[in-house]
Amino acid sequence: METTTAAHGTGYRLRKALRLALDYLLMIAFAFFFLFPLVFMLVSSIKNSETQVTSDVSTIYAFVPRGDLGFQNYFDVFSQLNFGRLMFNSIFIVTTMVALGLAVNSLIAYALARLNFRGRGAILSVIVALIIVPFQAVAVPLLLMVNNLPWFDGSTTWLDTYHVQIIPFIADAFSIFLFYQFFLGFPRELEEAALVDGASLLRIFWSIVLPLSRPVFATVAILQFLTHWGDFLWPLMVTRGEEVRPLTIGMQAFFGQDPRLWGDLMAFASMITVPVLIVFLMFQKWFVQSVATSGIKGGA
Amino acid sequence: MSENQSAKSGLSQRKRTEALMAWLFSAPALVLLTAFLAVPFLMAVGLSFTDQRLIPNPNLPTQFVGLRNYLRLLEDEAFLRGLLNNFYFAAVVVPLQTGLALFLAILVNQKLKGMNVFRTIYFSPVVTTMVVVAIVWTFLYNPDGLINSVVQAISFGNLGPYRWLQNTSLVFPAIMVLSIWQGAGFQMVIFLAGLQDIPEYLYEAAEVDGANIIQQFLHVTLPQLRNTTIFVVVSTTILAFKLFTQVEVMTQGGPQNASMTTVVHLVHQGWQNLRVGYASTISIVFFLIVLGISILQRHLLPEERR
Repeated sequence: METTTAAHGTGYRLRKALRLALDYLLMIAFAFFFLFPLVFMLVSSIKNSETQVTSDVSTIYAFVPRGDLGFQNYFDVFSQLNFGRLMFNSIFIVTTMVALGLAVNSLIAYALARLNFRGRGAILSVIVALIIVPFQAVAVPLLLMVNNLPWFDGSTTWLDTYHVQIIPFIADAFSIFLFYQFFLGFPRELEEAALVDGASLLRIFWSIVLPLSRPVFATVAILQFLTHWGDFLWPLMVTRGEEVRPLTIGMQAFFGQDPRLWGDLMAFASMITVPVLIVFLMFQKWFVQSVATSGIKGGA
Repeated sequence: MSENQSAKSGLSQRKRTEALMAWLFSAPALVLLTAFLAVPFLMAVGLSFTDQRLIPNPNLPTQFVGLRNYLRLLEDEAFLRGLLNNFYFAAVVVPLQTGLALFLAILVNQKLKGMNVFRTIYFSPVVTTMVVVAIVWTFLYNPDGLINSVVQAISFGNLGPYRWLQNTSLVFPAIMVLSIWQGAGFQMVIFLAGLQDIPEYLYEAAEVDGANIIQQFLHVTLPQLRNTTIFVVVSTTILAFKLFTQVEVMTQGGPQNASMTTVVHLVHQGWQNLRVGYASTISIVFFLIVLGISILQRHLLPEERR
């Protein structure tokens, strides 16, 4: 590289510097494009005066924290609805769904990848076929079904409950497929050594396979979290009250109120967005790796 | 002799235990997938030939109506507009978003300082919930909002102000812009993984042959990214047909069905109007489209990757 630079002289170096500047200029321009709505949201949320929020939005001041700053909009949100409850609902629904999903989907994937039994091939091809069935195509018949489904507490419908938002999404064909691919590439020797020792299959899975499979568990957990944290269609159909509904539906209901107070809305939006952004920044490498995996495996 | 036999029965015993365990391991997922995916799907097929309602009227029992629902689709303006809009959305968003994502991936794949910061920034809309995205952009699209100011500024006051979400020809493009904004980072990461899999020596060889940057892109990068690109294009197309949340929050398909989509119409029919039978018919058509796109993907991929 050094010799080329010397050979081409200053002209080459100038061109290279120019290209570098152009690269950064482009990347900064794109950074503005991807950040401006988020900055705008955060800045608007801390402007106490609604008049200022709406008049600043047509100027560059939309991005400038100025005037009467504070957390009035946030207090307004808390005084109008039970934000804590909505946040709890969202977190509870997603974590339960993801945790149970990790168990259920990894177990079947392990059986498919490692154990010999009749029907294995058939099950595998059905699961691969199920990957393409979109939830939207079954949502309405599923609504009809859960509307008249009994539950252990004696109720005759699943509507307006937590379990109606969790149970249908625990098993996931694509998650099974990701686990299956991972277990196929897992070294067999470790398990065989344990089998000779007479360990039970469940113990082998728990104490040998699980500890060595953290990457695939993290990948599936993150992908499922990204998919279901923003779930909207299903909770819209199956929840009516504030009791069990997630943040997304609470936010939409708040948005539908008259008059529309943009300062309050931006505060609400910020409170949903900032925690997830922080989690993302903390586990960034994992997020990026998971999405990349979904592309590589999904394309295979 | 007896020892041999007991060894044999021990082996088949172990085989039987293995099969039993396999079924135990599989049972929870199989039960759940059957109950909440396979059964509702079969129900959709069956219900699409009936006039089933969500809350049946006891005086009007549900009836088999044959192909009536399917024939009605052909005259349902909202459905046809929705389907057309999905194709419109796919035709615009898929090339734009894929192109943008690839361009971003190439930019941040360079070995320069601060690349990680840019990657993080471009990905941050992906972790922003779509409902939030829709509401923030509704504010930006306000008649006296930021986007109108920008449009007026760059056109020296010749264009606008527009009522973006109330104008039948602007509302859908407006929704496309925020969808691209939210989704591009996801595909950028997938392209980035694809780019990093391309062996360095291919570029070195191309450079030795005197290929410039554009030639390297056309003859090394693009062919090497073939499978990644097919995956991104197909998954973005399927997403275009699933379009729902941002439309439901911002416009509910209006004004005058200008932003209607298949899934929005399906949900309005089945959930708001309680017409489960008719909504199931729309579900089946929607499923067949997604199936068609997936089959196309399998044919595009080379044999060994299927």
